[in-house]
Amino acid sequence: MFEAIAFYLFAALTIIMFTITVMTSQALYALTAMAAGMIFISAFFFILGADFLGAIQIIVYTGAVMAIYAFGMMFFDTTRNVIEKRSNPQFVVVLGGLAAVLVVFIVLAPIVTTNLNANYPIDLAVGNTQAIGMVLFTKYLVPFELAAVMLLVAMIAGIVLAGKKMDKSLTLMAEEDIALMHASSATEITQEEAY
Amino acid sequence: MEITLTHYLVLSTVLFAIGLIGVMRRKNLLMLFFATEILLNAVNIGMAAISHFRGDYTGQMFAFFIIAIAASEVAVGLGLLIVWYKRTGKIDLDQMTSMRG
Repeated sequence: MFEAIAFYLFAALTIIMFTITVMTSQALYALTAMAAGMIFISAFFFILGADFLGAIQIIVYTGAVMAIYAFGMMFFDTTRNVIEKRSNPQFVVVLGGLAAVLVVFIVLAPIVTTNLNANYPIDLAVGNTQAIGMVLFTKYLVPFELAAVMLLVAMIAGIVLAGKKMDKSLTLMAEEDIALMHASSATEITQEEAY
Repeated sequence: MEITLTHYLVLSTVLFAIGLIGVMRRKNLLMLFFATEILLNAVNIGMAAISHFRGDYTGQMFAFFIIAIAASEVAVGLGLLIVWYKRTGKIDLDQMTSMRG
């Protein structure tokens, strides 16, 4: 009974928040509504007994991803309304039809395949976090390491892309000046190599 | 009033549809990123629900890796977006025609 109340409450809240995110014309409203929606989604993970996943959802999404978005939005002009013009509605209709067919397959797949066997059955004697650790560091060790390398690559890419030439404004410079700046930095490198 | 797997899958589908609407109607690239985050989160709910109702940890494992991919996507995507904004002063999808596509 309490599970049903919690499910319907958080389902309504999540749908409302994500609708605001998609429909609003203010970037700040979209950001805050999505942060709230992420928190509400973690409630589903707690209801489903995936405690560790719920904690990770709060820490990673509302802690890290939303903070990155908030910092990124400081670079953009977010005070004005987002202007969006619509063109080519037939294209959107075709894409929407394809997406609807795909969604039918997504929903039907776990219902049709009823003869699945559990590879790593849930053991209620062991806590969720402990069991996750045991599965993650035995059967999924290689994907875990690959995900770690991928996060490192993404971190370096983010630093290089956002931090490069922070002291110069590439917006106010002409294309020739930017090309000149790149050329001068290239000659500096060749001079250093000559020494 | 028992909550079954179908309830969770319907919720996941509704959230996925909201994300798809966002991907199709947004022209501002920052808003497009928000919509992709909604898509990934909708899939995560389905994964966790199947993991719970089938009694298998595999769904939760895939949800973890989806979260890791979402985090790195945000880092790289926002870095590229900042560089583009510094160069042109706009983050509009319709004006990205430098590749003559």
